[in-house]
Amino acid sequence: MNGAQDLGGQMGFGPVAPEKDEPIFHAEWEKRALGVTLAAGAMGHWNIDESRHTRESLHPVDYYSSSYYEIWIKALETLLKRHGFVTQDELLVGDTLGGTAKPKRVLKAEEVPAMLARGGPCDRPVRGPARFKAGDRVRTMNFHPTGHTRLPRYARDKVGVIDAVREGFVFPDTNAHGRGENPQWVYTVVFGGREIWGEGADPTLTISIDAWESYLEPA
Amino acid sequence: MAARVRALETILTQKGLLDPAAIDVIVETYETRVGPRNGARVVAKAWSEPEFADWLKRDATAAIASLGYTGRQGEHMQAVFNTQDQHNMVVCTLCSCYPWSVLGLPPVWYKSPPYRSRAVIDPRGVLAEFGVTLPVETKIRVWDSTAELRYLVVPLRPAGTEGWSQEKLADLVTRDSMIGTGLAKEAA
Repeated sequence: MNGAQDLGGQMGFGPVAPEKDEPIFHAEWEKRALGVTLAAGAMGHWNIDESRHTRESLHPVDYYSSSYYEIWIKALETLLKRHGFVTQDELLVGDTLGGTAKPKRVLKAEEVPAMLARGGPCDRPVRGPARFKAGDRVRTMNFHPTGHTRLPRYARDKVGVIDAVREGFVFPDTNAHGRGENPQWVYTVVFGGREIWGEGADPTLTISIDAWESYLEPA
Repeated sequence: MAARVRALETILTQKGLLDPAAIDVIVETYETRVGPRNGARVVAKAWSEPEFADWLKRDATAAIASLGYTGRQGEHMQAVFNTQDQHNMVVCTLCSCYPWSVLGLPPVWYKSPPYRSRAVIDPRGVLAEFGVTLPVETKIRVWDSTAELRYLVVPLRPAGTEGWSQEKLADLVTRDSMIGTGLAKEAA
């Protein structure tokens, strides 16, 4: 979706503000926000693509005025409501009022190291060979889906070159919406700065994205 | 927000959906065990051992796993090597994708609109805000992490570090140098 999250090339946000000796967390609640988000995800009722789509579906005003952990918590509340674990009333009063959907699993403390060390690999076998090979010229699709996609707006309808054929990966555009993993080949596609940003672009700049096969057509 | 998160944790715990002790272990992991020192060790080893550097180029996931760094947000790794001709910089314009297994949790600026919006269109301007000025002829390659590959930049090895131990070399490898918004520290 053309949401607030799609930031590449947007203007007006001001300078980057690196913080010297930045702490890992800026408040105690951020620690709990990280932990609650990961532990709730470990129940296994939504995938990373649904999580991302829920975050990017925040109203732009809300998205841009929230820190990243705030975005996580706001999206997590939506996910928990959508999947029947909490209600809006419970969130309003901050207390349990009723039952809950049955979780597939509940993450225990002793399981955390193995869960984090394992992660959630997204590579999958793909039926059929890769359509493109390194060096091929490709054009990215010009589309504007209302659902989730990982093709940023700045890189749509642009001609680039296949830099590398990667692996088969779960397709976020369907996986985010419960329509299956539908794995596709993923490619690193590199574009000249001028192709993306036009005249005046830094002549030394190249930009690459990682693109699923259906984002691309031969050029 | 503190009260809101506390309420959420309380509700989930009361419903038996959450073990608060699991949160403690998650937090402790990223406070004490998984951070940029992991990535610095990978870089120092690549600087010291050409065979490891080759492996890192070909199969970063396996090469990095050989040091024990695996898992969440590092399942599919790519290492990109700076050269005299080309500087690499990593961003996630769409969210906050970051190689946790080697760098830990991302800094606030990495997840914030100023960096995510400008890294792809004005990388030299962004680098200037980090105090980095590259020669005008140096090529800049920006890697937008739009899929599940996570990128680790291998900065150039500083001059005057011949014969240094890997532990000593790792001290020169800053987090920002592995994102591409910095360079490795000079040999003191």
